[in-house]
Amino acid sequence: MTHHTPSGHHPSLSQLGFWRKYIFATDHKIIGLQYGITALFFLLFGFCLMLLMRWQLAYPGEPIPFIGKFLGEGRAPGGIMLPEFYNELGAMHGTIMVFLGIVPLVFGAFGNYIVPLQIGAPDMAFPKLNMISYWLFFVGGVVMLVSFFLPGGAASSGWTSYSPLANIASLGQTFWIIGMFFLINSSLLGAINFIATVIQLRAPGMTFMRLPFFVWSQLVTAFLLLLAFPPLEAAAVMQLLDRVAHTSFFLPSGLVVSGEPLQVSGGGSVLLWQHLFWFLGHPEVYVLILPAMGIIAEIIANNIRKPLWGYRSMVYSVVFIGFMSFIVWAHHMYLTGMGTTISAFFQATTMIISIPSVIILTCLFLSLWGGSIRFNVPMLFTLAFLPMFGIGGLTGLPLGLSAPDIYLHDTYYVIAHFHYIVAPGTIFAIFAGIYHWFPKVTGRHLNNLLGHIHFWPSFFMMNCIFIPMFAQGLAGVSRRLYDGGEQYTFAQGVLPLHKMISMCAWILALAQLPFIINLLWSMFNGRKVSSDNPWEATTLEWATPTPPGHGNFVKVPTVHRGPYEYSVPGAAKDFTPQNEE
Amino acid sequence: MSQAHDIKQEVRKYWKVFVALLILTIVTVAISYLQFGLAVAVMVALSIAMVKGSLVACFFMHLISEKKAIFVLLGFVVFFFLSLMLLIYASYFNLPQGTTYVS
Amino acid sequence: MELMPYIVKERPDTGLFNAKLGIWLFLSSEVMLFGALFSAYVLLRTGAPHWPHGSSILNVPIGAFNTVVLIASSVTMVFSWAALKENKFGKFKLNLGLTILLAFVFLIVKAIEYGAKFEHHLYPKTSTFLAIYFTLTALHALHVIGGIVVNGYFWGPGARMWQAEPERFVNRIEIAGIYWHFVDLVWIFLFPTLYLL
Repeated sequence: MTHHTPSGHHPSLSQLGFWRKYIFATDHKIIGLQYGITALFFLLFGFCLMLLMRWQLAYPGEPIPFIGKFLGEGRAPGGIMLPEFYNELGAMHGTIMVFLGIVPLVFGAFGNYIVPLQIGAPDMAFPKLNMISYWLFFVGGVVMLVSFFLPGGAASSGWTSYSPLANIASLGQTFWIIGMFFLINSSLLGAINFIATVIQLRAPGMTFMRLPFFVWSQLVTAFLLLLAFPPLEAAAVMQLLDRVAHTSFFLPSGLVVSGEPLQVSGGGSVLLWQHLFWFLGHPEVYVLILPAMGIIAEIIANNIRKPLWGYRSMVYSVVFIGFMSFIVWAHHMYLTGMGTTISAFFQATTMIISIPSVIILTCLFLSLWGGSIRFNVPMLFTLAFLPMFGIGGLTGLPLGLSAPDIYLHDTYYVIAHFHYIVAPGTIFAIFAGIYHWFPKVTGRHLNNLLGHIHFWPSFFMMNCIFIPMFAQGLAGVSRRLYDGGEQYTFAQGVLPLHKMISMCAWILALAQLPFIINLLWSMFNGRKVSSDNPWEATTLEWATPTPPGHGNFVKVPTVHRGPYEYSVPGAAKDFTPQNEE
Repeated sequence: MSQAHDIKQEVRKYWKVFVALLILTIVTVAISYLQFGLAVAVMVALSIAMVKGSLVACFFMHLISEKKAIFVLLGFVVFFFLSLMLLIYASYFNLPQGTTYVS
Repeated sequence: MELMPYIVKERPDTGLFNAKLGIWLFLSSEVMLFGALFSAYVLLRTGAPHWPHGSSILNVPIGAFNTVVLIASSVTMVFSWAALKENKFGKFKLNLGLTILLAFVFLIVKAIEYGAKFEHHLYPKTSTFLAIYFTLTALHALHVIGGIVVNGYFWGPGARMWQAEPERFVNRIEIAGIYWHFVDLVWIFLFPTLYLL
């Protein structure tokens, strides 16, 4: 770095007090950990909401054991869950998992911690902005949590908050919108920071085609957040005004609510909300999956001890996915009554976008061929990710075509499809990433035995939960029913599956205990790493001290080669780090 | 551009842009009083706004001498903005037979 | 390794300093924000059985006056940057001060306009046209306020940087300017759309 200025100087970490160092930190690693810890908490919280819902679906109308009496008379009188509370749980499970759990984990936590290290940067390009970004996220999370204690409870119109239902919902919906403002602005600032960092702060010699695939996936993700979130923000502004200023952006004339005509000017459009929401919503699902693919690619390359197969085609694919993800959104809206021309357009783009996803998955599978695979815990999660993501992706194809989608759209099939991508997909990638990078962050390994006890039950239970849902969905069971479909005769054959699914969900919850214990125990008592590069990896994050200090690198690394030079013929060892001449 | 001479030239350019913007503002208001049909009025008003916007972007925001990376970024933005607006717009004119749009 | 590179000087291969890229990224998201509202306007208008002509409700001369005010403030903003390039700090202060003043003029005129509407019982809930008018202009006014805060900081306490790191300060004014011109640019589209069509 030739352009030194005194202004670029950070006070060294030891000079900072506790507050500046750990609370209002500007160091990307501390912020990454803040994101990680907060988001893991929300992930667990959102998971617990689902566990409650599963009771209602398996045993509709029966009092919830133990927990029921603590929920309060307003939510579950006598321990029996009210439909309104069930709706709150459903809406907030989606919101919390997507916006407060997974995005902050894959983007905020992994992205913040790893991206600057992998490109050889001293920090993010705008450290203070990074801090603001985290605290906006935190406040947004608090607003969402507080909304549970409002009269009328939290938002209950689904994570999609469709108008006009959301317009006439209770106060919780207003909090949902305000919470979303914080989360959206947090993501926007984060996205600006990521793009600027990757473009401006790459170490000397780190050309774009030498970036690890993880960095590429984060770069594309940042672009998705940057350009897709503002339309949702605009829509949220309009819905907020609809609710507090009684405008009718999303309210057509002549609406009748509870037998009374709604006293508004009318003239609005309900479809406008759906368009603006899904303009974000579809890129958002790629925000959930692309960084996960990045994590998986890093771990695969490292544990098969050979280069990724088709790095370039993976990079082109991920860029193409990012581009296409902006023009497929209306495949979420076939049921709203679309003309054939428009729906043909969106069906075509949807089929096209599946091609680059398949290319990436194929490259990852082919990479395994002929590798000497190390079956450590991160690699187990990674190997589970590949087929699970495959199932999730392939079951999505019928949903992209309007004819089957009209039948399947409001059924459990969609739940199963989507969760196959995010639960055993993205969340497994998150686990893999935690097991993989924990030694760099703490200087200690996670316990291997506990890792296995975490992995195997999680892997089986995930499948036991979601495969039956495909069956329920194909039988036509609606995904929005409070009693799971009890009153429908056609559903009777598949209803007993609800009990099995719920059992498996609760066992899945138990299977997370070894992980939590492992995290806490290994932080202080885990096996210490033998070197700065315990996995013998090639990318730059392993060229830092363990844990990396403020400013990350001891001296500015110079990059001489691509990211995955494993088992190069003629080389002295089976890996050649990027910064080695 | 660090030399004072270049800056003087720049400032002269800014004055010209300022005058052009003022004239265009007057023109667009004047035309609005002529009561064209809606389609023509929209075309004229947005074309003038487009010219004014380009003047501001090119000269005040120095876009004209900006680097390639910025143009690539703005290219994406224009594409995504147009796809947002035009695809939603198109979906309003392509309804299944026998249905109408409620507002 | 403690130093953040490319804060002042451009990175050779991209030709940009960090904040230059940062502000354009921010403005990209702003384009999508206003673009989405603009799309909403287009669609609500297309779907509406009848839509009032802007000039039948809004005051065109006042809107045109405000357009001129904002354009003028954009010019003074770019002059303040040019003054720094010429090393004339006093001229910089004068021009940036004028920019802030004009921004206040814009807001005051806007407030008078809003007040006149409320007096005639025209509220956002009155019609979809008024709803989108108030939403777009209020969001724009928030951006004007944001600009006043930023420019006010650089006019006041932030100007101290001119002594310590002049080059970096010039960059900051350029960035603040790019934002301010964008606020102007948005108004250039809002004015004909809302008032004249």
